Amino acid sequence: MATTTITLTEAKPTTQAARAAFIALLLRDLTVLRKELGMFLARTIIQPLLLIFVFTYVFPKIGQGVGGGGAAAEGFSTLLVGGVIASAMIFQGIQAVALPMVQDFGFTREIEDRVLAPLSVNALALEKVAAGAIQAILAGIAVFPMALVVPANSVHLTVRPLYLLTILPLGAVMCASLGLTVGTRVEPRQVSLVFSLLVIPMTFLGCVYYPWSTLSKIAWLKWAVVVNPLVYLSEGLRLALAKGVPHMPVVAIYVVILAFTVALLRIGIAGFRKRVLA
Amino acid sequence: MASAEAIIRTVGLTKRYIAPNGQSAERPAVDHLDLEVAHGEIFGLLGPNGAGKTTTIGMLTTRVIPTSGEAWVGGIDVVANPAQAKQLIGVVTQTNTLDRSLTVYENLFFHGRYFGMSSKESKSASLRLLEQFHLADRAGAEVFALSGGMAQRLMVARSIMHRPAVLFLDEPTAGLDPQSRLSMWEAVHELNAAGQTILLTTHYMEEADQLCQRVAIMDHGQILALDTPVELKRSVDADTVVTVHASGDPEALVTVLTGVEGVSSASAAAGAVMVNLRGGGRGTLPRLLMAAEAAGIDVDDVSIAEPTLETVFISLTGKELRD
Repeated sequence: MATTTITLTEAKPTTQAARAAFIALLLRDLTVLRKELGMFLARTIIQPLLLIFVFTYVFPKIGQGVGGGGAAAEGFSTLLVGGVIASAMIFQGIQAVALPMVQDFGFTREIEDRVLAPLSVNALALEKVAAGAIQAILAGIAVFPMALVVPANSVHLTVRPLYLLTILPLGAVMCASLGLTVGTRVEPRQVSLVFSLLVIPMTFLGCVYYPWSTLSKIAWLKWAVVVNPLVYLSEGLRLALAKGVPHMPVVAIYVVILAFTVALLRIGIAGFRKRVLA
Repeated sequence: MASAEAIIRTVGLTKRYIAPNGQSAERPAVDHLDLEVAHGEIFGLLGPNGAGKTTTIGMLTTRVIPTSGEAWVGGIDVVANPAQAKQLIGVVTQTNTLDRSLTVYENLFFHGRYFGMSSKESKSASLRLLEQFHLADRAGAEVFALSGGMAQRLMVARSIMHRPAVLFLDEPTAGLDPQSRLSMWEAVHELNAAGQTILLTTHYMEEADQLCQRVAIMDHGQILALDTPVELKRSVDADTVVTVHASGDPEALVTVLTGVEGVSSASAAAGAVMVNLRGGGRGTLPRLLMAAEAAGIDVDDVSIAEPTLETVFISLTGKELRD
């Protein structure tokens, strides 16, 4: 090893160093994503693809059920678009943030080098959420064309950009914050259970396949599902994409998504600090 | 050490862990630690497992929050300004914390980026370090494919990449084969020769002796002695240490042997009796054996050695470093 004289680093202003570290950590996460792009697409696409295929292609073709035939079937295919995008986002938000934490907080504590990067632990947690949110948006975008192309009948979308461009990122941050909460509050070896015990029920009861207002016929369920954050994302994305499908009040959608985001971020960041610091 | 030069300073630094049930541990892991490490020093914390060495490093590197007391690295309060303090420290932890999602090269490249290097700077620094640490031919490999020694070298390369004011090495050679250990020692010496301040922990007395300019002997979260290795060994007041294994009550043997001419002190430790001799001890050994025999004690085994830091530890605590 060649001997070189070491010139020591002087401490830079904290915010400047923290900003550089935050961006570099994001780049690291996106590099890892790029390496695993095939896996990312597979785990993002397969489930919604099959769902759309069976419900909106197979069923109408064989004359079986959901929504009946004709206009009703078209209505179903249309309302499903927002729903499957929302469910893909929540799935990805949890997957992208919570699953790597099994490795990060595992025996080797791989996260240590990133914990030692010159930014606060809270900022590191926020970086994880930002990376997860980017992946949730990518998942939503990946699912979108399938929801248009696969159905046997035509899908009628009316894109309202203002809603889409606000709900998509807001919802993505909410999904990633849920991932942070799950990843830090659930024991690493039990994270896989989260998918069967949390994500699946959330999806089926998340107004993915039906608008919230149609639940009026089952009043107890209509009010039971209001604790499910996915409900608001499904409703919000339908608001942004499918004109004519009933949705809950716009203000409620935005306020509740924001409220969930703030609450989950607080719980998640506190959990992250607990995991990282002794 | 003049306090103006101290690059690490702790005052009353204490950590009492909280158990999962919310109860505070009975004994603090680190107990009112006062420490000063000077610029350019290799400073060692020597002690058995559980002595509080890793917790001390954890607090100095912002990962463990002290229960009380204060700590500064490079003049920055690590408790009040952890994000800023992290700019000045490099850490090699006991476990392999390499990023398994990245290649060997990328582990360095992104580390450089975390610390504000441009893409170009980080690339050239990474390549230079891979060369310097004999890892250039592994640049594109997954970190899974590295041997223990190579992984350790990569972790050291990574830890010094951003030119930290202080490098913390937590048990840098634990679990390494003898050859890797020697090359790690060489790396530490070279870094220090280039001006790098290093604080390391170890439970290998040879490591503390060979590497460190000053050593703090720790047990139960406290510093029992702090000096250069030479002075620490001199403090035992002996030039030869005889360890006597015998049947019967060690305390009785201590009494018998303390009285023998040439013996400066004797104590029971770790199931044997340690006898410190002055003046070469040439004629003393037969006298020890005769004294034991005269007292009716059967001596099973005798070994002779120069005082080591282990001797110092035993004389301070009555137990061995590795137990």
